[in-house]
Amino acid sequence: MIVYLFILLAVLAIGSALAMVINKNVVNSALFLVINMVSLAGIYLLLNAQFLAVIQILVYAGAIMVLFLFVIMLLNVEDEEKLFDKFRVKYFLAFILGAAVVGQIFYSIAGVTDMLPEISSNMAEIGTVEEAGDVLYTKYLLPFEMTAILLTAAVVGALMVAQYKIKKG
Amino acid sequence: MLEIDWFLGISAIMFSIGIIGVLIRRNAVVIFMCVELMLNAVNLTLVSFSSFHGNIDGQIFVFFALAVAAAEAVVGLAIIIAIFRNNLTVDVTEINLLRW
Amino acid sequence: MDYLGDLQAFLPGIITAVAGLAVITIEALKSGHKSAYWVTSFSLIVALFFGIQSLGTPLQEAFSGMLVHGGIAAFGNVIILLGTLFCVFLSNDYLEGIDHNYNEVYGMILFATSGMICLAGANDLISLFLGLETMSICLYVMAGLIKNEKQGAEGALKYFLLGAFSTGFLLYGAALLYGATGTTSIPGIGAAASSDLLFLAGAALLLIGFLFKVSAVPFHMWTPDVYQATPTTLTAYMATASKAATFMAMILVLSRALPSVEGLDWQAVLSVVAIITMIFGNIIALVQDNIKRMLAYSSIAHAGYALVGLSAATPEGYSAVAFYLFAYTIMNVGAFGVVAYYERNKGLDFSDVNNLAGLGFKKPMMGVMMSLFLFSLAGIPPFVGFVGKYYVFAAAINANMVPLAIVGVLASAASVYYYLRVMVYLYFREAHKETEMIDASFLYKGALVILALLTVYYGIEPILPFGGLMELITGF
Repeated sequence: MIVYLFILLAVLAIGSALAMVINKNVVNSALFLVINMVSLAGIYLLLNAQFLAVIQILVYAGAIMVLFLFVIMLLNVEDEEKLFDKFRVKYFLAFILGAAVVGQIFYSIAGVTDMLPEISSNMAEIGTVEEAGDVLYTKYLLPFEMTAILLTAAVVGALMVAQYKIKKG
Repeated sequence: MLEIDWFLGISAIMFSIGIIGVLIRRNAVVIFMCVELMLNAVNLTLVSFSSFHGNIDGQIFVFFALAVAAAEAVVGLAIIIAIFRNNLTVDVTEINLLRW
Repeated sequence: MDYLGDLQAFLPGIITAVAGLAVITIEALKSGHKSAYWVTSFSLIVALFFGIQSLGTPLQEAFSGMLVHGGIAAFGNVIILLGTLFCVFLSNDYLEGIDHNYNEVYGMILFATSGMICLAGANDLISLFLGLETMSICLYVMAGLIKNEKQGAEGALKYFLLGAFSTGFLLYGAALLYGATGTTSIPGIGAAASSDLLFLAGAALLLIGFLFKVSAVPFHMWTPDVYQATPTTLTAYMATASKAATFMAMILVLSRALPSVEGLDWQAVLSVVAIITMIFGNIIALVQDNIKRMLAYSSIAHAGYALVGLSAATPEGYSAVAFYLFAYTIMNVGAFGVVAYYERNKGLDFSDVNNLAGLGFKKPMMGVMMSLFLFSLAGIPPFVGFVGKYYVFAAAINANMVPLAIVGVLASAASVYYYLRVMVYLYFREAHKETEMIDASFLYKGALVILALLTVYYGIEPILPFGGLMELITGF
């Protein structure tokens, strides 16, 4: 049962990723990316990471992709008419590089199954909000505070770059 | 039963689709979405290692990677808006003032 | 947990971050108020003071293993803060001159500095990643500061897209290292290192991410475009402080997380990258007419020299790299500072080397200073650039990497040509056109003079009788 669910989610994730890359319409691409992220959240649930599954939908699908769609609509980006006719050498190189990365990673993960045979039994308790919150405020305090600086800097920076009028000091 | 290399395999395939997308697409918004896809693929790797190792460090890493992805999205889209105002296009092959 | 001790360990970072918030608040309450600049300079001086104070303390962990402080990390903080401080001094006048003196810029600089301090002392892949990203995101914004011109926005877009792309690789590398060892702590990874394929793939991807950030060839494509498009004093900040922070993080990762594992010959990989970087950077720099692009390629070449020290992989090599970063920071900030002064004059486009003709005699002080920084960058004694290169190449020779050192010396000899070319234009060419040159402010000149004095002092310091800086670094 769980295996069928996994296969369904995996096909959905990879299929939507491919559809995103080869779709000419930018809005469609963005919507395929949303599907991809939701199916990843499902896969996280299979891995017993409940906290992250919820965060994934909230942050990625709920916030980041809405921002993307907002910008796409705002800029009124046109469809790309010719996706596959210029720069043939470039496409070729891109596929070689992509295939090389896949091959290399498949090769290197070949031995992992022996090392890590199954999902750790205590995972159902580990992936909860309580556990995550516990380490976030103790062990990972410094990165957590850095995130605050990072987000402040990002908001101020985005305003600086995107605001239209030049203000006079 | 589920095995870890299935999860890692999906993640690797998604990562490569992201790379190919970054290299072949010309629309800056789509290129950026492909980068987000790559980050998502890495997140899947981290979560599956975390579950199979049985420690939470990987999941915390994903939490921070999400925060970074959000910050990058904000700044990146602002830059794309600035580019659009100047060039009235987001096609990266037409944005080529700086050479050598 | 020892909270006070932890806070003290990250004190320079905390000071800069809080000052950044203060600057943003000032800007929100009173737009364009001058006090933001003074808050920035003062906080950087205070942070630098605490940074210097912690020099010579042993390397210790803080924040439950997220961060290290003292030792070589403390020296990294000093380099970063010194570079930042001088860039801020120079930025005030320069940004005023190009009508982009927004207070948010100082906020961005302070946040980025805080991220760099976190990066340069990272003891865990998570704090390393966050420090690196805090720094990068602020730098993307600075690259897009002149957003109303096509060039500025274009540089920012290139930097951003390629930077985010490389972040993907760095993160994947970190994920695979975590998978192979089950921990994200850098010493923990070093203890559990194996010649497992997973570990090797992770290390390789992590190195690719790092090499992109230090703009080593073949990951350098963004550098000249971004450096040209960014306001010059902020380019100086990008080229020095951010590179110093990334190299410091590389030193910590290479020496502690990737010990010599069988099958993982990262020394050989790094030395090949170093050779390509030195040759390529210097050769392309030879044909540049735009002085900012020339300095960009020169900074690529300098990353190559620093990689020579890293690939020696000995304690001597690592301290040589730390000294080299110090030398590179002071002389490069100085060179960019003089270029920024020339650029502020509106008569001609002074980033074109042809337009510098005859300026050496017209503005003698700036001309002398420019020549001094360029001599130092070229590695001519008795300036600090020579001492830095000497230490780096000596470390390579002592680690039995003689060919690497030979290529380095030859590349650096070739580089003399394009540095001297600027001086030839400054002193031995007739000016095509009379232009009014403005006077630099007292503070601007003062900052350049201090940098010049540091360049000369640390160039002759090794032969002075009392203990030098290098002994201090080696002591860590």
